[in-house]
Amino acid sequence: MIWNPNKECMSRDERSALQGKRLHKIVEYVYHNVPFYRHKLQEMDIRPDDIQTIEDITKLPFTTKKDLRDNYPFGLQAAPQSEIIRIHASSGTTGNPTIVGYTRKDIGVWSECMARCLTAYGVTRDDIFSVSYGYGLFTGGLGAHYGVEHIGASVIPASTGNTEKHLKLIRDLGITGLACTPSYALYLAETMDKLGIRKEDLKLRVGAFGAEPWTEKMRQEIESRLGLKSFNLYGLSEIMGPSVSYECQMQNGSHICEDHFYPEVINPVTLEPLPLGQTGELVFTTLTKEGMPVLRYRTRDLCSLMPGTCDCGRTEVRMGRIQGRSDDMLIIRGINVFPSQVESVVLSMPEFAPRYLLVVDRVNNLDTLQVQVELREEVFTSTFDTPAAVDDLEKRLAAKLKSVLSIAAKVQLKAPGTIERSQGKSAHVIDKRKL
Amino acid sequence: MSNYFNPEFETLTREQIEALQLERLQKTVRHCMNNEFYRKKFAEAGITPDDIKSLADVRRLPFTTKQDLRDTYPFGMACVPIRDCVRLHSSSGTTGNPTVILHTQHDLDEWANQVARNLWMVGLRPDDVFQNSSGYGMFTGGLGFQYGAERMGMLTVPAAAGNSLRQIKFIKDFGTTAIHAVPSYVTRLYEVMKEEGVDPRRDTKLKVLAIGAEPHSEEQRRRIEDMMGVKAYNSFGMSEMCGPGVGFECPEQNGMHFWEDYYIVEIVDPETLEPVPDGEIGELVLTTLCREAMPLLRYRTRDLTRVLGRTCPCGRNHVRLDRMKGRSDDMMVLRGVNIFPIQIEKILMQFNELANNYLITLTTDEENDNMTVEVELAHSTDDYAHLQSLEKEIRRRLKDEILLTPIVKLVPLGTLPVSEGKAVRVVDKRKVYQ
Amino acid sequence: MTIHQLSIFIENRSGTLIKVLEAFKEAKIQLIASTIADTAEYGILRIVCAEPMRACEELKKAGIAVALSDVFALQLDNKPGSAADVIKLFSQAGISITYIYTFLMRGKGILVFRTNNTDLARKTIAENNLPYIAEGDLAEWA
Repeated sequence: MIWNPNKECMSRDERSALQGKRLHKIVEYVYHNVPFYRHKLQEMDIRPDDIQTIEDITKLPFTTKKDLRDNYPFGLQAAPQSEIIRIHASSGTTGNPTIVGYTRKDIGVWSECMARCLTAYGVTRDDIFSVSYGYGLFTGGLGAHYGVEHIGASVIPASTGNTEKHLKLIRDLGITGLACTPSYALYLAETMDKLGIRKEDLKLRVGAFGAEPWTEKMRQEIESRLGLKSFNLYGLSEIMGPSVSYECQMQNGSHICEDHFYPEVINPVTLEPLPLGQTGELVFTTLTKEGMPVLRYRTRDLCSLMPGTCDCGRTEVRMGRIQGRSDDMLIIRGINVFPSQVESVVLSMPEFAPRYLLVVDRVNNLDTLQVQVELREEVFTSTFDTPAAVDDLEKRLAAKLKSVLSIAAKVQLKAPGTIERSQGKSAHVIDKRKL
Repeated sequence: MSNYFNPEFETLTREQIEALQLERLQKTVRHCMNNEFYRKKFAEAGITPDDIKSLADVRRLPFTTKQDLRDTYPFGMACVPIRDCVRLHSSSGTTGNPTVILHTQHDLDEWANQVARNLWMVGLRPDDVFQNSSGYGMFTGGLGFQYGAERMGMLTVPAAAGNSLRQIKFIKDFGTTAIHAVPSYVTRLYEVMKEEGVDPRRDTKLKVLAIGAEPHSEEQRRRIEDMMGVKAYNSFGMSEMCGPGVGFECPEQNGMHFWEDYYIVEIVDPETLEPVPDGEIGELVLTTLCREAMPLLRYRTRDLTRVLGRTCPCGRNHVRLDRMKGRSDDMMVLRGVNIFPIQIEKILMQFNELANNYLITLTTDEENDNMTVEVELAHSTDDYAHLQSLEKEIRRRLKDEILLTPIVKLVPLGTLPVSEGKAVRVVDKRKVYQ
Repeated sequence: MTIHQLSIFIENRSGTLIKVLEAFKEAKIQLIASTIADTAEYGILRIVCAEPMRACEELKKAGIAVALSDVFALQLDNKPGSAADVIKLFSQAGISITYIYTFLMRGKGILVFRTNNTDLARKTIAENNLPYIAEGDLAEWA
């Protein structure tokens, strides 16, 4: 089934024309409503009228996470505050999160794109669908939620946590669909084993998994243990949230909702566009967004756009699996974490030396994050004899970390000079997960 | 802009309200005939939809209880096919059957309308920034206010519960003008603001607080208003009706208006189940008038309150009810979460290391509501490391069950008071009910 | 009125304790009393010894994390009930004991402890004329 054949199956030429028209409009829109873009375009001597076709996109400047940070909180917002009805936030690279505002129309487009994903997975209004992404500022929960409601299926806003009760509901309510991170799906399977629940006891048939990278091997394991067919769901809050791209029944790449999010793949060093099929950094331009449109946003995700057409009938271009990152971002329980965020917290507290280490692991399919931080010599000497004082410091650091990272980290305070330097990709990270 | 979000419904006269209620009650009762459970109940009571001729006939209808919801778990109370439902909420807990509440799209729209009506009533408008610091997911305080605030057109920040430092950052950075949270969390936020050197009067644009989902006294409300320097309005909701939105204070702050175009409100004696006169305390009983997926007839909320009046200087003639005065069962409400002692008992009894005697103490410490669970160890031991990990495991399992983390204290056998007859399991030292 | 106690940070892995004790051996400093407290993350070895200041320097040289803290050491009659009588005085003054350990020396019971209120504890000891051990007494003992 196809939710919106008019858009998903339109001919390439037709779509290019539509994209060109929308690109012109969005450039004109940001030129008049976002000083940041106006200045950038003026510096490059580009007028909105210079952008007429989708090919003209290469004339436009890139937008980076740093631009979002520098314009925190509302500097890149194009619509007036009274038109914005929702805010989501994702990790920034330091203390400030990345803020994205949505108008009512944006929420509508998001629900529409999410409905396309779910329909491609085979979900219909007869399904009972559990959304087990975190709700709140994270886009996963509410994004999937509005999509499920939009197609008229029953949504169960399970959110995260309390896995045993969740399983009970999956069994008792005859839940047929599940949206969560792939590692949480495996954790569910493990909890099933523990409780003696067999996949034959469940009616699960469709899984919408995303928010973290996963492998073909994980897919096979999830499918055999939960007895469902699993589909990739991709998105990022800077562009919209989940629904930027999605797998169809062919499970050969993820279709991008191209009439709303225009993709490019570039060489992350030279910033030159790469041809179809070549792996590079994925870049998106929002073509219809009102709240916070972005031009050529650098996602830092490495993947390729696939040539050829898909047998499912959709003409939207497909992206391959994410093969890595062009920065040091970690994805922990579906949440993006930058080592620099930890650094900003450590530097803000005078008790600590600027020596820290993130240890990431996956225990029983659940990601764990431990943050080791060294105490300054004089603080260490004056506190270790009073465990209550050490506890107190630990708690304060944990609270600050949580406020910046949005996930809980296990804090371990270390004596001066005892943190080993990591040999890995980043001096501040040991990632023991095998992804 | 009008003072009313739904002027045509909010300003009805009493006669108009009652006429509308009768019409909607008749429709609801007929709709309930789609459901086996209600058909049986009507047959037992010897009534048919045609017997509902006047509003007073609501008293001929059978009561519905939480036990009925459990007995018909999961879908036995549905009055529409499940495929017409778009949302499901469920109560917390793994012990016994949870309760399941179903919604059609129409139900969700009406729910959002009630919440929007409330927020408009206390002076909020589309230009406001609304930070919802309530739990999301299955807990209705999150999605309920989210949809309502968006319906009204406010910028809505789904901050969810906890993470006070980030909440405060957002209040400042986004220019938040209104917050919804449980009252104990507002006091917690204030404390953290103080620690961080943030003065809510000077450093924020706050003008309205919506507080609810946990009992609190008038004194506590006044204290919250003094701390934050803004008005705090009391909100009533329960997931069985939809969630938040059912009742809300108007600027007069003299009782909560319960929306009588959506509900029939009765106050009954919890023993005799007979109605009590206005002004007297009894159990709140609600009948839904607009619900499609799962209408509830004369649902016993177990909350104790009283009618304060049926008119109001604000122009709304919807009944005003006093803040909740207690419970007619042993349910505790802590930080917005409903907890029954039996849930805690069932978890404790899963540990061989523990004896049978336990005590739950609820306290307010420096404005925070806390639960302490003391439980006796079956055997004495000096294996400190094991006790530490045992305590941690009990805490974790309790958190899974009741959604918040209590303080767990393991005590030697024979230290907790033994009572004659029915054991006293709960000591509530908070002053939540006046 | 107080004596110096060494508090030594012991990481939770084998070999750390022996490193500390060997440092004492090397420096030829005798231990008088010691106790270990274990937290979930690490251990704290608390030591009363003959020359605490020198011991502290030697340990630091050996790369061991050490801190000096002030504790009280009271001399008690070696008979049942004397500890209870003394601690009661502190309790009545509203002072909490953070930790305590005891040892026997020359027929006397020695009570080493730390409180949450050092000033008030000094006052209590003075007012009640409790026999305390001073820093200088330690060298003499060893």
